[in-house]
Amino acid sequence: MNGHVLIAAEGLEVRRGSHIALRDVDLSISRGEIVTIVGPNGSGKSTLLRTLIGAITPSAGRIRRAEGLRIGYVPQSLHIEPGLPMTVARFLNLPVRHSKTRMQDALHRAGLPDLEKRQMSSLSGGQFQRVLLARALLDQPDILMLDEPTQGLDQRGSADFYRQIEEVRQTLGCAVLMVSHELHVVMSASDRVICLNGHVCCSGTPQVVATAPEYRALFGYGTKGALALYRHTHDHGHDHDHPAPDHHEEESAL
Amino acid sequence: MLDDFMIRAALAGIGTALAAAPLGCFVVWRRMAYFGDATAHAAILGVALALALEVPIIGGVVVTALTMGLTVSALSGRGFATDTLLGVLAHSALAIGLVAVSFLSGVRVDLMSYLFGDILAVSMADLAVIWSGAAIILALVALRWSALLTSTLSPDLARASGIDSRREQMILTLALALTIAIAIKVVGALLISALLLIPAATARSLARTPETMALLAALLGSAAALGGLGLSYLADTPTGPSIVCVATGFFLISLLFRTGENG
Repeated sequence: MNGHVLIAAEGLEVRRGSHIALRDVDLSISRGEIVTIVGPNGSGKSTLLRTLIGAITPSAGRIRRAEGLRIGYVPQSLHIEPGLPMTVARFLNLPVRHSKTRMQDALHRAGLPDLEKRQMSSLSGGQFQRVLLARALLDQPDILMLDEPTQGLDQRGSADFYRQIEEVRQTLGCAVLMVSHELHVVMSASDRVICLNGHVCCSGTPQVVATAPEYRALFGYGTKGALALYRHTHDHGHDHDHPAPDHHEEESAL
Repeated sequence: MLDDFMIRAALAGIGTALAAAPLGCFVVWRRMAYFGDATAHAAILGVALALALEVPIIGGVVVTALTMGLTVSALSGRGFATDTLLGVLAHSALAIGLVAVSFLSGVRVDLMSYLFGDILAVSMADLAVIWSGAAIILALVALRWSALLTSTLSPDLARASGIDSRREQMILTLALALTIAIAIKVVGALLISALLLIPAATARSLARTPETMALLAALLGSAAALGGLGLSYLADTPTGPSIVCVATGFFLISLLFRTGENG
């Protein structure tokens, strides 16, 4: 395995019952890269991420990890049973205990004040996601895996969140693999975009993927708002049949 | 001193309450109330089998409770409607157990003591079994605490940290089967779930972390055991149900302390 490759999947196939959720997926993530997986609902994005962390066993193919790879995983959402009392501090120390200074450092890196004494159930949606991020950072991960981390945040909240991730990447130097449907945001922040729809449709730099016919077939017309905004902000490839919608429409298109 | 049946009963109650406390918390956190019922009811079948095969009762109970626990874990992982499935298993295990006991004509079986417990008849040997069982259960849970808690919170987060949550589920099932085996003498198969659930639910209103909740549940469970014994002694009420009644009293009082932050 190449010294720079952190995690790689080869010929991955995942079956859920009789349904094939993923087939022939090859991908590899190198040290320090930001890679985003985009794809329509039900395209197997979360399944791919959960297979990479080892929560799902692939029916074919294999996953190779660099030795001693530390993964910081930020799930799409986390339901904490109301019967389970949980302070932020206790949550951050699961399963490994950390010193108070490291805990506060991780909270600050995730853009949070010292709220370790608060109950998890009392946090706002944005704070909750950031605590998940802080917990993932505490393990000093080689790679951060985020599954739609901004779900439930408003547009400004998610833009802030992505800025935080970029900052974390710069200071900690970890690779980032994220799943998102917020194409216009992730496009500019990613080194590489993988367009997924049960299999890898196309991949490459954001510019390459945005103009790929496979990508257009998936997103070009169905979610024209997001794509239009991307092209709008980067000022190329205007599609005159599909004028860029205003912000209100764009939100509903996301 | 241990000659006194009330002291033996008190020690049996406290030992059982200590073991049941952390497991009761997991039962609450993982929404396994019915799971507890199913494994506890299977214990009656275990009693019948043990009597028929002339092996120690505790062995029969551990084996059937464990079998039931593993069966339920395996089935619920395959997308069966768990609620219904557990209901079917819980009640059929109880019914089959009762029918099986009735076939044992040669043995005079005091069924009531297995259904509702017979804490006042606890012998020194029973006490040894209860306390060594409790020690094993507590050691097992303490050793795996972090991993158990992480898998309870989210199997995916556990997996990303290198924890196999299926293994943790097995450990929990094993600990639960052992708890049922030691608790059957104290409160009986029908009320074991109550001893697991009620102290944990009471502690929930008062605790801010999982650890304090488990400790409080242990304290409350022990207090309920002693209170129930006292009640039974003074009012000549059945002891097992009296313990559960006292625990329920604590639960009702704890509701007054419920705050927004905890709830």
